Amino acid sequence: MDLWYLFLAFFIPGIVGYGGGPAIIPLIEIEVVQRYEFMTRQEFGEVLAMGNALPGPIATKMAGYIGFEVAGVLGSLVALAATVIPTLVAMILLLNLLNKFKDSPKVKRMTALIRPTIAVLLAVLAYQFFETSYFDAGIVHTIILVVLSFVFLERLNIHPALVIVGALAYGAIFLS
Amino acid sequence: MTKSKWAVNKDLFISFLRTGLLGYGGGPSTIPLVHKEVVHQYKWMDDQEFGNVLALGNSLPGPIMTKMAGYIGYRIGGFSGMIGALIAAVLPTVLLMVALISFLVSFRDSSIVQGMTQAIAPVVGVLLFMLAFNFFRNSIKGLGLPIAISLSVVSIIVYVVLNWHPVLLIGALIIYALTTKPKKKEA
Repeated sequence: MDLWYLFLAFFIPGIVGYGGGPAIIPLIEIEVVQRYEFMTRQEFGEVLAMGNALPGPIATKMAGYIGFEVAGVLGSLVALAATVIPTLVAMILLLNLLNKFKDSPKVKRMTALIRPTIAVLLAVLAYQFFETSYFDAGIVHTIILVVLSFVFLERLNIHPALVIVGALAYGAIFLS
Repeated sequence: MTKSKWAVNKDLFISFLRTGLLGYGGGPSTIPLVHKEVVHQYKWMDDQEFGNVLALGNSLPGPIMTKMAGYIGYRIGGFSGMIGALIAAVLPTVLLMVALISFLVSFRDSSIVQGMTQAIAPVVGVLLFMLAFNFFRNSIKGLGLPIAISLSVVSIIVYVVLNWHPVLLIGALIIYALTTKPKKKEA
């Protein structure tokens, strides 16, 4: 029965939650803490804080960990599947349909028309990261890191992986 | 020379492993990293196709990283590519979480870890901003400056001022494009 509840607890936030993993965390909390009482709010907060200390997508870290706590490896797999599969299936079906007609002028026009709106979405997301940084690290460190990463990424063409590792080192030394 | 299916699936696995392990700040922070791997490093897709993936990914609910990994894996490497990319994107960090949970309790409050996490946000901001700029520049090429700017202004109003969900605008644009006759200049 726990497996079925686990499935529901991660399936529902996955199909009603918009805005990527971080946006669906509160929905997962409602299911996990309030509806199925797998853990207390405080425990959930602890798990979330630890998840944020690790890299990678947050929704799957929460699903994988909570599933494991509730029902072992099988629970972990069930929670992960419920998080990932439904929306991925929709994605594959829609994009396959789109690719079938990719040479039609209408689809080409659609691709062109949605591009500026994607640019704006990415810019808004960029702004949110700058804002977070301003509140957490302060204006001076934010400006230093923005300028340095821009120079390394855009002017010197250094791979983002190396720039991120560099920023981790900077944070460990100057922001701790 | 075309790579064997196994080699392609290995590339998929490695690229999503890298992005998963480098993305601090949840799925959205991995978007520019995925773009780098998929469009620049391995050239599996061009900017236009990646833009479509992002647009639909943002219009569908659920985590964005697994939608990108799953779809791109499927598109490039078939079903096995999809499974490989998903495992690479998801499993390492889940395993770390389960294995290190007791260790993380002390680790989480360490100021070094907090400093490291804080230093990533501005870098992700720059990466996302560059990607945004790249999309905007390409859309000027495709649509011309006036239409690209008007659509951007409309998008800013819808997302920032009105705070509506992207699916409304993206959906409206898709329906408009598919149901009306293209003018020569736009296509």
